[in-house]
Amino acid sequence: MSKRQQSKDFHGRRRTVLGLLGLGGAALLVRDIDLQVVDASFLRGQGNARHLRVVPIAAHRGMILDRNHKPLAISSPVDSVWLDPQANATEAQLRALAEHLGIGVAAFLQRVRTAKAQGLEFLWVRRLIPPSLGKSSQALAVPGVALMREYKRFYPLGEVGSHVLGFTDIDDQGQDGLELEFNDWMRGRPGAKRVVQNLYGQIVEDVDLIRPARPGRNLITSIDERIQYLAYRSLKAMAVRSRAHAASIVVMDPRNGTIVAMADQPVFNPNTRADYKTSLYKNRAVTDAYEPGSTMKPFTLAAALMSGKYTPRSKINTGPGWYMLDGHEIKDDVALGTIDLTQVLEFSSNVAASKIAITLPPKLMWSVFNAVGFGQLTHSGFPGESSGVLHPWTQWKQINQATMAYGYGIAVTALQLAQAYCALAHGGVQYPATFVQPDRHPHGRQALPRQVADTLRYMLRSVVTPQGTGYAARVPGYTVAGKTGTAHRLTNRGYADNEYTAVFAGMVPASNPRLVAVVVIEAPQGEYFGGQVAAPVFSEVMSGAMRLLDVPPDDVPVVSAGPFSSGGSGA
Amino acid sequence: MPRIEDPNGSGLLRRRLHLDGWLLAALLALIGVGLIILYSASGGHISVVYRQITRLVLGVGVMFLVAQIASYHLRRLTPWLYFAGLALLMLVLIKGEVGMGAQRWLSLGVVRFQPSELMKLAVPMAVAWLFSERPLPPRGRDLFIAILVVVVPAILIAKEPDLGTALLVAMAGSFVIFLAGIRYRYLFGFFVSILAALPVLWHFMHGYQRNRVLTFINPERDPLGTGYHIMQSMIAVGSGGIYGKGWLNGTQAQLDFLPERSTDFIFSVFGEEFGLLGAIFLLGLYAFVILRGLIIAVNAQDSYSRLLAGSISLTFSVYVLVNIGMVIGLLPVVGVPLPLISYGGTSMVTLMAAFGMLMSIQTHRRLVAH
Repeated sequence: MSKRQQSKDFHGRRRTVLGLLGLGGAALLVRDIDLQVVDASFLRGQGNARHLRVVPIAAHRGMILDRNHKPLAISSPVDSVWLDPQANATEAQLRALAEHLGIGVAAFLQRVRTAKAQGLEFLWVRRLIPPSLGKSSQALAVPGVALMREYKRFYPLGEVGSHVLGFTDIDDQGQDGLELEFNDWMRGRPGAKRVVQNLYGQIVEDVDLIRPARPGRNLITSIDERIQYLAYRSLKAMAVRSRAHAASIVVMDPRNGTIVAMADQPVFNPNTRADYKTSLYKNRAVTDAYEPGSTMKPFTLAAALMSGKYTPRSKINTGPGWYMLDGHEIKDDVALGTIDLTQVLEFSSNVAASKIAITLPPKLMWSVFNAVGFGQLTHSGFPGESSGVLHPWTQWKQINQATMAYGYGIAVTALQLAQAYCALAHGGVQYPATFVQPDRHPHGRQALPRQVADTLRYMLRSVVTPQGTGYAARVPGYTVAGKTGTAHRLTNRGYADNEYTAVFAGMVPASNPRLVAVVVIEAPQGEYFGGQVAAPVFSEVMSGAMRLLDVPPDDVPVVSAGPFSSGGSGA
Repeated sequence: MPRIEDPNGSGLLRRRLHLDGWLLAALLALIGVGLIILYSASGGHISVVYRQITRLVLGVGVMFLVAQIASYHLRRLTPWLYFAGLALLMLVLIKGEVGMGAQRWLSLGVVRFQPSELMKLAVPMAVAWLFSERPLPPRGRDLFIAILVVVVPAILIAKEPDLGTALLVAMAGSFVIFLAGIRYRYLFGFFVSILAALPVLWHFMHGYQRNRVLTFINPERDPLGTGYHIMQSMIAVGSGGIYGKGWLNGTQAQLDFLPERSTDFIFSVFGEEFGLLGAIFLLGLYAFVILRGLIIAVNAQDSYSRLLAGSISLTFSVYVLVNIGMVIGLLPVVGVPLPLISYGGTSMVTLMAAFGMLMSIQTHRRLVAH
């Protein structure tokens, strides 16, 4: 081993070392240039794909308000927590998250494991929780956990207004009732924005606004929350007491056609909807048509008065209380003898009503029924509304005309009936039924001659007297005009002998009606006359409503003569 | 024109403090750059930077102290250091502390100590010590002993298990053997046997280690799992482009997409925020440090110093090459920090001690002719 060889060797080493280092450095440099120059734009795109997101800006759905701007339906912002099961959160982290959100730990871990095994990348952890809880659960920084902003609809009235208001689905889109009818009005238009988000899906900053969110508009309905509650309460009490199959009430303002209250039995609670059957969702007051029975008689008499053949004092001989027409028996509950037109209403004589009807031209009778809105959809636009049944007069036989006079062979909804009574209540002028509080006074239509309507309204007061069938509908302090109705229910096997539809339709105060209401009790058990089960509901609701609306009483009895008696506002 | 001059130069820095000015300047520049990028990588947590500064002060202190020890004293200490390290490694295996799935630490009351760090220096020192007494290039028995000196601690470290450090320790020792002038045909044989041993090595690898290799070959294999680090890292570096996104503006880093961004992957943060120009500047600084180390090796007066200085420089260069190569997807992911810049404790002190040795070798030369 010579010194020379060693030195030469060291020189070789030096070159090798420097060469290898140079090679390594060059490799780094080339690769770096490759990444930062050649692939830069691609990789920048990849980077943006990781942190830039276009996210929807949830738009707030408009509220449903009553006529006094009390909220009936409100969307409040809530958070929903979801998890990417593939994000490899540790079991301890998942456990902490589950405990924080108050969900079952074992079941949750199992769900995550299953979802992970299935290759899912999205799993709801818990939906619709308060934003504060959502925020604090994000602070746990569990990998793959993110929040989604959602809106949950709350109905402060609960089941009180459930059928009218309807409900929204989990995406806050209207599914039934006014929620569906006015979905486009109340629905907001979601916006979009571009945001920077970090690894955990937390939004770090907003980069730019692509489209602003447009919040939905509020719907101001004509419902009066207080009267709605009265209607709900009385109807429910009666439905329970009479063990009825179903029941409906409609309260309208005849002066502009607005629907002040509408309730049905049975009900559901729109805030906890999941437990209920869809059959409970029906707003029967609008969707179900039934034979109205004697509540049709005022319209038969309207046709009679318009024909010029009859006056309120015209006498009708009801004979023995029954007679045969085309092989059908038409009868009254008791023989009434010879009665005038007012008494036809007061005692609700089928014989008299049908005898009058068959003397009238079918076309006239049809046109009166048609004019007050039977057989046509109202203008309420409520989803699922029934138009009822009114056959064209050309198809009528005499027997049809006779039975229609007292409400058989024709089908109406509670809303149609209420709308028709509005015409009687408001001097024959009828306004289209609506759930929306009108901005200005709507255009009415002269459905009946004023003279006829006013006469009938006066005649109908006799029903709510101690002698009449509807005395239970009386409202202390106020005059009431109305009509009872009791009809055999039409079932699959023809008319049922002992199943009835009990109806009361009326208006208060009779001198200048402020409200019209129709109460329908379907298949009550025990007492079944309209005057027995429907009229008391009318009485309760209207008594409360008159007080709430501060309607001056028009029927204060004069108790005794004295210095103040003349000052009392008599009838 | 030979001129007689003090080989240690004339400056205060050299003669009194035994510090090499060029090396010191380059190291301080790297440390400065490192603190700036660490502030960004930590997400603006100044407390992290303060903790790093504490470590750096400790490291610089160690470097200064080591620089005062003349290389012949170092040489005398070498066998003691080596056997003490070996003993500690065995102690670790018997009663070390377990952390991060491996048994690497010895608890010394307040501080925890990683004997494998000591071996990063002790092994090359021991091999250099072995060769400094023998004729070079080594052959036969000497070579065999040298290989034993390298392999025994490497195996002990690998059993902790800490394959990365084991390889680094083995590499540092091998560099001494290589620099001592082992014949190329041995070297060739060595590489061939390594290639032949690869399947065997594969068999002994842990699952996570195999995954790393597979992921290196194809990062898209498991982009959300083992390939995640490297994909995010390449995206970070690449999206920096030529000029970078600017300090504190790297989206990959600041939005948590980049894992381990304060430690092993800190170069991605640098690449993303300072771009190609910044990367070239940083590589230049490293190249300067490495070349200065090699110059010190060349200037060294005895073979112990020369071998040690060469090994230290080469080891340092491997750290840099492996870390950056890993970050930009040239090499598989191994747990090698970026020297002087990555956030971390023990390895920084070891590294500074090594630089202290370089300075000592450079500044303790004696005025003798060859």
